[in-house]
Amino acid sequence: YPPLTTIPPPAKYGGRHTVTLIPGDGIGPELLTHVRELFRFCCVPVDFEIVSIDSKSTSDDDMNNAITAIRRNGVALKGNIETNHNLPPSHISRNNILRTSLDLYANVIHCQTLPGVRTRHRDVDIIIIRENTEGEYSSLEHENVPGVVECLKIITRKKSLRIAEYAFNAARQNGRRRVTAVHKANIMKLGDGLFLQCCKEVAAGYPEITFDSMIVDNTTMQLVSKPQQFDVMVMPNLYGSVISNVCAGLVGGPGLVPGANYGKDYAVFETATRNTGKSIANKNIANPTATLLASCLMLDHLRLHGYASMIRKAILATVSETRLHTADLGGQGTTSEVVQSVMREIESKGPRTSEQI
Amino acid sequence: DFTKSWIIILQTVTLIPGDGIGPEISTAVMKIFEAAKAPIQWEERNVTAIKGPGGKWMIPTEAKDSMDKSKIGLKGPLKTPIAAGHPSMNLLLRKTFDLYANVRPCVSIEGYKTPYTDVDLVTIRENTEGEYSGIEHVIVDGVVQSIKLITEEASQRIAEYAFEYARNNQRASVTAVHKANIMRMSDGLFLRKCREVAENFKDIKFTEMYLDTVCLNMVQDPTQFDVLVMPNLYGDILSDLCAGLIGGLGVTPSGNIGANGVAIFESVHGTAPDIAGKDLANPTALLLSAVMMLRHMGLHGQAKKIETACFDTIRDKKVLTKDLGGNSKCSEFTGEICRRVQDME
Repeated sequence: YPPLTTIPPPAKYGGRHTVTLIPGDGIGPELLTHVRELFRFCCVPVDFEIVSIDSKSTSDDDMNNAITAIRRNGVALKGNIETNHNLPPSHISRNNILRTSLDLYANVIHCQTLPGVRTRHRDVDIIIIRENTEGEYSSLEHENVPGVVECLKIITRKKSLRIAEYAFNAARQNGRRRVTAVHKANIMKLGDGLFLQCCKEVAAGYPEITFDSMIVDNTTMQLVSKPQQFDVMVMPNLYGSVISNVCAGLVGGPGLVPGANYGKDYAVFETATRNTGKSIANKNIANPTATLLASCLMLDHLRLHGYASMIRKAILATVSETRLHTADLGGQGTTSEVVQSVMREIESKGPRTSEQI
Repeated sequence: DFTKSWIIILQTVTLIPGDGIGPEISTAVMKIFEAAKAPIQWEERNVTAIKGPGGKWMIPTEAKDSMDKSKIGLKGPLKTPIAAGHPSMNLLLRKTFDLYANVRPCVSIEGYKTPYTDVDLVTIRENTEGEYSGIEHVIVDGVVQSIKLITEEASQRIAEYAFEYARNNQRASVTAVHKANIMRMSDGLFLRKCREVAENFKDIKFTEMYLDTVCLNMVQDPTQFDVLVMPNLYGDILSDLCAGLIGGLGVTPSGNIGANGVAIFESVHGTAPDIAGKDLANPTALLLSAVMMLRHMGLHGQAKKIETACFDTIRDKKVLTKDLGGNSKCSEFTGEICRRVQDME
């Protein structure tokens, strides 16, 4: 898992990093508690600064605290914050505010078929790079005439070039051969047309990488029949939501895939499909894999590669054990059983010396 | 019933064969309908756009008149004009007849194996507004704004259609697909109208689900879905995703419901110019759309007969077109279905 970003990690003080932790709602708090438990067990030199965001509150204080903390620490690990979509439009999704305030412009999701997880498709290995701050998520809506609502989708040259550059650079750094831009430029000729144009321009600077494009509806059709054809995919915000959820579903579901949000100065890690999992919260049945793997992505970002690899290996070994599978994978295992297994796996590899880490 | 055995009411259907493989798959459907003795008389029309008085593009008068009278259309694939100067024909048809609902039943075809089995859902897509309003502006150089339009009227209309469809087709639930967490005002309005309409259909279960959650769940377990109703873009994406689950556009039927009782059923695959005229095309999509049409017209017996013959042929695997994994000609595949239909008499 070579890093997909060139942001230098924040400074260490006394050899330890401080990372902002936002528990979020639903299964977030319990799974992030397991992350802390695991990190303590492994003696990971990371301290968590916990910042809660009360999704029921309509005041901005919690959000401002969280954003300040992330600016200070540079890195965060978060659960999903619930959005009450029955509240008026002035109450914008907290997750969205975090992404735009910190300009976390690239949402990166790597969907890979995992050994031991039974899925309909094999050999899926797709990196999705989704523009994370504009497009349909601009939160610009108005009702000029009662009963007639306009919602603005904004596509800018600057952000399209930026995400395309990120995608091609990531492809190059990871030795990937092909980047596919996903769009609907046949209908949204100006908006998606601009996005596509920017991708083409950036592609010219990466001659060793094949660039092609595909219309979003055809893309979903292709994904459910032959997902192996895709390598790296880059797209605007909304299509990114669709494609990343389709791909996560293809490799085993929301409980398995971690996600990363990168900006120029900050990085925030979470699960790929950003679910609160309200209905399974506090029942010890949620799959902690996605969250644990997200914490590994975070460790890699902090250049703590030894810890990241050690924990990741243990997680992958655990996930290949069918008897430990949680309900989302068709099993009856509990969250704590999975976490315990990861810890046992790490322990069985023997004590770690500082040279090994 | 004494009267029924003596009076056969022939219903007129406007047939638009289309381009590429359109004519040959239309012929296939007509042959099968004849073999089934379906009470349909076909009125073939061409819909290539012409410039009307005032310079506005429109479909030919003969085509419009035929459809206005028959109210029912069956359409093959139309080629997309690049330099013809006129807008997309599909768009023109949609506007002419106010085809506001695009309906795609997606049912797994036994004998045509995909990684997904037991799919049985229907996507109902609002087809007039949303993200496809075509309203875009360059604000300043390098900044583009595309406008998604959601109106109370269109949202209500599609919601009503969805619930009525569910009731008329014995479907248990309707799920509104949205992203109101992000697009609070627009999708929020859509959602509100769906909730309001649901109040009048207490016999149908109503649920709401985020678009991304639907995508996530659809590829893991499509059997949990029944009828899905949604705005234009989500409908476009999801209807194609679901078509992919059952085997692609070559086997997926589609229907467009318009105001004033007009309904046009169509195959949604392309014109396949590379195999046009070579007797290689697969008429399944158009045939299943025609079956959907028969059901819409209340001719359920005929619909079942033809659909069964088609599915049996595919399941049997002896006579299949190339795209279905065989090496039979279109005419052979058609002939096989005709034979089965006649055997059912």
